[in-house]
Amino acid sequence: MSKATAQFINIGERTNVAGSAKFKKLIFEDNYDEAVTVARQQVEGGAQIIDINFDDAMLDAEFAMEKFLKLVAAEPDISRVPVMIDSSKWSVIETGLKCVQGKAVVNSISMKEGVEPFKAQARRIMRYGAAVVVMAFDEKGQADSVHRKYDICAKSYDILVNEVGFPPEDIIFDPNIFAVATGIEEHNNYGVDFIEATRLIKAHLPYAKVSGGVSNISFSFRGNNPVREAMHSVFLYHAIRAGMDMGIVNAGQLTVYSDIDPELRERVEDVILNRRDDATDRLLEIADNYKGQAGQVRKEDLSWREQPVAKRIEHALVKGINDYIEMDAEEARHQFTRPIQVIEGPLMDGMNVVGDLFGAGEMFLPQVVKSARVMKQAVAYLQPFIEAEKEEGAKAKGRIVMATVKGDVHDIGKNIVGVVLQCNNFEVIDLGVMVPWADILRAANEHEADMIGLSGLITPSLDEMVTVAAEMERTGMKTPLLIGGATTSRVHTAVKIAPEYSGPVTHVLDASRAVGVASTLVSDELREKFVADTKAAYDEILRKRLANPKANRLVSLDAARANKATPDFASHTPERPTFTGLKVFEDYPLEELIERIDWTPFFRTWELAGTYPAILEDDVVGASARSLFEDAQEMLKTIVAEKWLTAKGVVGFWPANADGDDVVLYDGDNRADELTRFPFLRQQVEKREGRANDCLADFIAPEGTKPDWIGGFTVTAGHGIEKHLERFKAEKDDYNDILLKALADRLAEAFAERLHERVRTEFWAYAPDEKLTNAELIKERYRGIRPAPGYPACPDHSAKPELFKLLDATENAGVVLTDSFAMVPTAAVSGFYFGHPDAHYFGVGKIGRDQLEDYAKRRGVSVEEAERWLRPNLAD
Amino acid sequence: MTNKTKLLSDIADKRILVMDGAMGTMIQKRKLQEADFRGERFKDWPTDLKGNNDLLTITRPDVIADIHSAFLEAGADILETNTFNSTKISLADYDMQAMARELNIEGAKLARRVADEWTAKTPDKPRFVAGSIGPTNKTLSISPDVNNPGFREVTFDEVVEAYQEQVEGLIEGGVDIILIETVFDTLNAKAAIFATQEAFEKLGVTLPVMLSCTVTDMSGRNLSGQTVEAFWYSVRHAKPFTVGLNCAFGADKLRPHAVALSAVADTRVAIYPNAGLPNEMGEYDETPETMARQLKEWAEEGLLNIVGGCCGTTPDHIAAIAKAVEGVAPRKVKSFAPAMRLSGIDPITIINAA
Repeated sequence: MSKATAQFINIGERTNVAGSAKFKKLIFEDNYDEAVTVARQQVEGGAQIIDINFDDAMLDAEFAMEKFLKLVAAEPDISRVPVMIDSSKWSVIETGLKCVQGKAVVNSISMKEGVEPFKAQARRIMRYGAAVVVMAFDEKGQADSVHRKYDICAKSYDILVNEVGFPPEDIIFDPNIFAVATGIEEHNNYGVDFIEATRLIKAHLPYAKVSGGVSNISFSFRGNNPVREAMHSVFLYHAIRAGMDMGIVNAGQLTVYSDIDPELRERVEDVILNRRDDATDRLLEIADNYKGQAGQVRKEDLSWREQPVAKRIEHALVKGINDYIEMDAEEARHQFTRPIQVIEGPLMDGMNVVGDLFGAGEMFLPQVVKSARVMKQAVAYLQPFIEAEKEEGAKAKGRIVMATVKGDVHDIGKNIVGVVLQCNNFEVIDLGVMVPWADILRAANEHEADMIGLSGLITPSLDEMVTVAAEMERTGMKTPLLIGGATTSRVHTAVKIAPEYSGPVTHVLDASRAVGVASTLVSDELREKFVADTKAAYDEILRKRLANPKANRLVSLDAARANKATPDFASHTPERPTFTGLKVFEDYPLEELIERIDWTPFFRTWELAGTYPAILEDDVVGASARSLFEDAQEMLKTIVAEKWLTAKGVVGFWPANADGDDVVLYDGDNRADELTRFPFLRQQVEKREGRANDCLADFIAPEGTKPDWIGGFTVTAGHGIEKHLERFKAEKDDYNDILLKALADRLAEAFAERLHERVRTEFWAYAPDEKLTNAELIKERYRGIRPAPGYPACPDHSAKPELFKLLDATENAGVVLTDSFAMVPTAAVSGFYFGHPDAHYFGVGKIGRDQLEDYAKRRGVSVEEAERWLRPNLAD
Repeated sequence: MTNKTKLLSDIADKRILVMDGAMGTMIQKRKLQEADFRGERFKDWPTDLKGNNDLLTITRPDVIADIHSAFLEAGADILETNTFNSTKISLADYDMQAMARELNIEGAKLARRVADEWTAKTPDKPRFVAGSIGPTNKTLSISPDVNNPGFREVTFDEVVEAYQEQVEGLIEGGVDIILIETVFDTLNAKAAIFATQEAFEKLGVTLPVMLSCTVTDMSGRNLSGQTVEAFWYSVRHAKPFTVGLNCAFGADKLRPHAVALSAVADTRVAIYPNAGLPNEMGEYDETPETMARQLKEWAEEGLLNIVGGCCGTTPDHIAAIAKAVEGVAPRKVKSFAPAMRLSGIDPITIINAA
């Protein structure tokens, strides 16, 4: 939105069963979780209030309102904004008012049933403490002309303020937005009537506000979103100037008035302002030309190439277009006396626009990474000229040394943070993966870094980060330390890392927070307060931890074992796999894996929230997701065509039985010689009645009952990736670098999923007739599980070497393990197969000292060593 | 406006009023046993009663009267009734739902009697009784089951009903003020406000209402996640006599939040912090001198209309605080231009466009 409308309040309209088919469908399907994400997208898309409406003849609106508001209350990123409780039924409104702690807005009441009910409802609203929307509606009906609109509002105002004592500043009038261009002549002036009524209300009714449901205006152009969006934008442009304070809009979908095609804008304006008799016909004439042009199919518009070079550079950066950047950089170089000024001037200005749009939630991560690619390519082009003049490089805002810690090889998240920081003019010195603490400290000192960023994905990395912090303390450093990565958390940072280091320590939740934190840490004005506040917050977390050890109520190991799951082995006889020993896949066809890809986590990697495929149609991130998805499809084609990646894997089965919490693997069917054994961990959290304390060993038949088997696998889709990553690095192309890594990860997961399917139907063959769609597969609606060491059901990463030895995975799949048991190539998955019909995924959670000691004994390691690998699972 | 209300408001315009200190921690110090709590009347009650402090109003009125009296002697103007948990919701812990009304009436009467004795002793310093209404032990905004975020243990209507019974009992017992305190969940407070207004309407009386929020972390949010500003916008429709903060921290840590609240509150401000944070042994050990010194500074900066103490504060604390704020002018009540002020867990002010 333009600056002139900065105060206009966007009320999100998508959480309305009457306004959003998608939301309605979710509510009818009782899919409230997904419905809640619609609310989140509204807020993320810029809605400052969210309108919530369940008025539908087929719905119990009271029930839905209560349920939805209570769920939203549990989501701080949604409940930070006020809600607008929208219903034409008073009982629904009152139900809603009983569920919100904040000061909400009721939408709406009116005099349509007379003055007395209107007054009674207004008094009740005061008692609940809410603001109110009053519709221009009385016993004669809904007001359509400007005078009736104003008269009803003025009368309502007088009753509310002077008779009921309602605060005038808490009154919002809705003078009814009706559809125009319907073909009925009387409707032509509806836009003008609303705008003029708004002007009168604002002039004569002190402190009252004006709102309306904007999308009504364009109702006759249903199915033609570009024209509808243009109508909304034009209507708001004029209504806001007349004093409209807020509107129910699709916050993510407003086009900027000045960006509308001039011909379309003029004809829309004729309609909205009722400027000529043939306005509707003239808009209809051209409307179809715009149909279907929303989003990605809009044909390439090169008019931006006509603009001055600085504007072109800004456009290229914001849109992530790298086709012309070298040409433009060259042209700009001639306009300045020194090449460095191109970077400091137009390029930096453009990146500032990108940074602002990202900060405001108007751009999303994939777009920002593309912008960074354009920037880097421009800088690379200018670099030789800068060096020729022996100039100093551009002055960065700050310098950060970043690394994935020793033992860990995961770097997608770290790279994204690096790119985002570079976009915001930070100099990033990326030390790569598996970096020992000594190298991190040395690099920070050599480069006089303003801060150090540590990243890691697997749980042992948490310990390594503690070590880095302790070493920084020992060497007397004061450099701020930033902690990030999937397993890190604010609590872990506060409780384990911060106490080791007297310098500033901050946990950074995701890439979008990194810029704010880094900028604050290099700001002379903000730094001190931020560091003190963070320290105080972390001290408080630590204090609470120490004061009340986490309320995880654990039962003793004996009690947990007594409450074990008892899968039915009496009527269920484990099936014999079609083979025992190993089966190796040298070069698994990638085509077969592509169709198995679970895309939702792929979008999550790019910080795009939502479920595939719905995310592609999402109001807020849809355009961004579509564009990313297209690029991904394109790259997948190339990966297959040019054989960029090779997928290798190995799967094995062994006779096995459970011995307590251990699973014993036998060498041969007579089960006489023990091959090896895997000790598993058991949940120790106190369970509700009827819930068992699970352990993976429970899913295998106990010794002396029936013969059973266990499987294992390692797959990777990462062979060959390095060559291409190096090429992208050389081309300064972070976007494709991250894209390729993310796709390789997805292919490895798809490989694991496909192999599991073949295990069920073909290799172990306990479910030969299984027929499931990909969506059902993703939802894991099948028999048997494939838990991976290091993940919740068997959290000990150090079980991997034994599994690898059994599978000879390094030889057979070409996968090696690091000191911390991370797999290389990183696009790899490894785990066990359990076949029992009752086998299910679970999280071990916290365990007690008794189990730790017992487990160490069973593993044949010292308690200290077991402690090291299980630290995240140990109760404090 | 009753004469008593007018008197209260006149005094509040002239000086900083002092509230009493902690009831709970004072009772703890007496090391009362199960038998004390039971008394004769409840000697065969089927559940344990130790810890049911509000019940002492009936079984050990001497102890409660002593504590009341000690605080008034220390210089408190406002005495809180021993009814913090006297709703049928909280009393369910002891199967004593049916006692709710009686405990409020008797709690109010007992405080009333002690306060009137002191008013008679020092007629130039009239004493007021505030009916204490705690948050209950259930939250309306938060699910106790992490796996089911939409679940609530109690409904808004049930909370309103319980509070209305409490308010009616307090009014019957003769309180001067309704004090909705230790608000950890703003929706509970809104139910209390709703109930209070229903009770006023039903009984044809209107008493001043004091509202007091409890921030539960250093970021200055209450348990249900609201900032103090958002809290104020959520409850401002109660047109309270005071809004304020109590419990949570000692004065030093509470200060930034008190400043934030004072900046937006267009009514009087009442603050009664704890005697510091509990130490490793769970004891509050901020001395009367330290606490009084801190609160004196606040008073001098114009942050306070009413001041007192929460957990861990003793008559010595109250005496020190009363002395410290004596002669310091009360905070000037602010007024702001009307604007729409809404809130989720964060506040938003909507300024008129055009």
